[in-house]
Amino acid sequence: MSILIIFPEGLMRSVISALVVNEPGVLANVAGMFAARGFNIDSLVVGRTENPELSRLTVVCDADENTLEQVRKQLAKLVPVVKVRDFKDTAYVERDLALITVSVSPEKRSEVIEIVNLYRAKVIDVARESLMIEITGTEQKLESLLELLKPYGIKEMARTGVIAMARGMQPAKEEPAKPETSKKRVRSLSGAAGVALPPS
Amino acid sequence: MTMMNETIPAVKKQSTTDKPKYKGKTGARILHEMLIGPHKVEVMFGYPGGAILPVFDELYRTPAKFILNRHEQASGHCADGYARATGKPGVALVTSGPAATNMVTPLATAMMDSIPIICISGQVATKVIGNDAFQEADVTGITRPCTKWNYLVKDIRELPRVINEAFIVATSGRPGPVLIDLPKDISAGVCPEEVDDTPRPHIAKRLNASLTGGSNKQIHEAAELINRSQKPVLYVGGGAIISGAWKEVRELSEKGNIPCTTTLLGMGAFDELNPRTLHMLGMHGSAYANYAVQECDCLIAIGARFDDRVTGNLATFAPHAKIIHIDIDPSSISKTVDVDVPVVGDAKLSLQALLPLIETRERKGWFEQIRVWKEKYPFKYFDDSAHAKPQYVIEEINRQTKSEAIITTGVGQHQMWAAQFYRWRYPRQFLTSGGLGTMGFGLPAAVGAALGMPGKTVIDIDGDGSYLMTCYELATIAEYNIPVKVVILNNDFQGMIKQWQDLFYEQRYSQSKMKNPNFAAMAEAFGVKGIRCDDKKMVPKVVDQMLSHDGPVVVDFFVEPNEHVYPMVPAGKGLHELTLGVVANAGGVAAGRECFGLDAGSLA
Repeated sequence: MSILIIFPEGLMRSVISALVVNEPGVLANVAGMFAARGFNIDSLVVGRTENPELSRLTVVCDADENTLEQVRKQLAKLVPVVKVRDFKDTAYVERDLALITVSVSPEKRSEVIEIVNLYRAKVIDVARESLMIEITGTEQKLESLLELLKPYGIKEMARTGVIAMARGMQPAKEEPAKPETSKKRVRSLSGAAGVALPPS
Repeated sequence: MTMMNETIPAVKKQSTTDKPKYKGKTGARILHEMLIGPHKVEVMFGYPGGAILPVFDELYRTPAKFILNRHEQASGHCADGYARATGKPGVALVTSGPAATNMVTPLATAMMDSIPIICISGQVATKVIGNDAFQEADVTGITRPCTKWNYLVKDIRELPRVINEAFIVATSGRPGPVLIDLPKDISAGVCPEEVDDTPRPHIAKRLNASLTGGSNKQIHEAAELINRSQKPVLYVGGGAIISGAWKEVRELSEKGNIPCTTTLLGMGAFDELNPRTLHMLGMHGSAYANYAVQECDCLIAIGARFDDRVTGNLATFAPHAKIIHIDIDPSSISKTVDVDVPVVGDAKLSLQALLPLIETRERKGWFEQIRVWKEKYPFKYFDDSAHAKPQYVIEEINRQTKSEAIITTGVGQHQMWAAQFYRWRYPRQFLTSGGLGTMGFGLPAAVGAALGMPGKTVIDIDGDGSYLMTCYELATIAEYNIPVKVVILNNDFQGMIKQWQDLFYEQRYSQSKMKNPNFAAMAEAFGVKGIRCDDKKMVPKVVDQMLSHDGPVVVDFFVEPNEHVYPMVPAGKGLHELTLGVVANAGGVAAGRECFGLDAGSLA
């Protein structure tokens, strides 16, 4: 079973990652910029990196091509942002982690554990009437497990949001994609009805 | 493939054999020494208060010039005017809480127009931050969206580095305001050891942006496009002035034989007495500039950001043009208008690389077309009322100052008329709040400019509404005898609001008519010479009197209240759908409304 995530026309899901200097106010700055410019974000995760002076920030957002470009550029413009990368056209790994408490009676417990095993998830806490499950994976994988667990009754859930990194080996570059003229915002007078050109 | 594993090298330790630079000094002393020393600050603006007192104590015998304003907003605009006139960062010192919140408007003004300001605000002691202490406000939180970057200094050992970084951030790349929030225990506290003041690498590398032009490939593509074009137009913004590219802009126009239009902030980047000038473009720009943009086949944007007041309806903006965009800020590129050739880098360096590749073209047809437009649709007004026309007053000032004065403005009709009827010839000559449109900007900005450019004639061309917003600065002007000339184009109205109410709201003057004080008497009360001019025949004489007066002077010109700014591109319309207003001026207000064919509901 797979879950289709459907976006409004022209929008696509993108994962952008940025290295930022680890200092107070940075998260507020990034979050404020997203809010002020009206960018829609699904998740925003900040965490430590191998370098104590830097944090990695991972953003998932739904946006059209133009907006996405602005998201990238506006992020890069912020003073504490050292580097920005989006994973479009790259092989990368993304992971989300969820803790899910499912209400389940002792009779149904093994049924649920079977599903958990199929997803290579883990049961990390057991109570008389519930199980706590830990799962990591892509957003889709998590969504699909959630869908299966719903009938049993999900009591509580917490998710970390997506983090992502590029793979060490990248597939050989195909010929560079031709500039898509279609995505360009068209400027013309055709839309303006009855409007004369500049007088000559 | 590795990603993002750029490491930041450990900071270098400074040799301790030198005479201590910071050890044993208070934060206030460190700040003062660094400002007047390595950062060469000559003029500061501000207002004291509890949390910033240690810094003001240090300023008691400062060799720098300190101007005590009467409101922190004025300090901010003064620093802004100083920065716009000189190109050097302006410095403002204010206290915590309400003083810092008063700085929000000037910071946002500077942010929108990319002006370097360093604002140092006092803050309550670090121990009580977050406790709702007296005059405490979350200033870094409040100013985050209206500064390029801000700092809250929580450890005195960071202070020297923060000050150095603030100047780099404010002046590099696309400049902007930076705020340093300085808690009282940091400014009064003593630095315990010698500390490193080297900016961190991610800050230091920002300097490179101003030292590089566009890539070779981009430059060559741009040159090819320009050389191939039949009907090119240069569209020059404030970025060309910031990067000092005005010579190169003129050369490009000369060598490539390209007509040039400037934005409100780009005024003076091109010499408006040059026959290739198209003057200002946009909502109240010249008809010929707007027509030329709509007809051109190649639009060369230099340090401009395709603001909505410039482009009009985006869907019909420059429909035939390939667009080249030279800008130091990558986020400006393709933000609102898709660009064909982006050139990311410093405007001056990019143009220097571009110039040798440009070939001269005759473009006879194009210039002939522009000549016809210019002849048919010049900026104009009619001398058809009992009162002086505001445009006439500006023309007279232009004539008598030989287009050489520094002019500041508030926001509204008078600002647009100044842009249209003064002849801009030099960069940093026209100081106006473009992006944010801050009323009350004119007077304090003029004070800042007068201090930055002593010996220059500085005139604030203001409206009665804008002027009243910061008129308390007369006290500052009188105290320091700052030779600012103030011209109030007084129509007892918020003129631009009235214009829109005339055109789109059936002359319902909701809250736009104002009973004004006697501006001349008010100036005299502050100790500044005041003149009132009611008679249009007296305008030349009064302008002469104003210019020849040694010291500050306020002149209240009573002007025709029913005058509108034209041409006008109504909101939401394309640049070519402008209204010339000739009908409106001749036939009165109602005819003006008809020629728009619009009602209030259809306006954004």
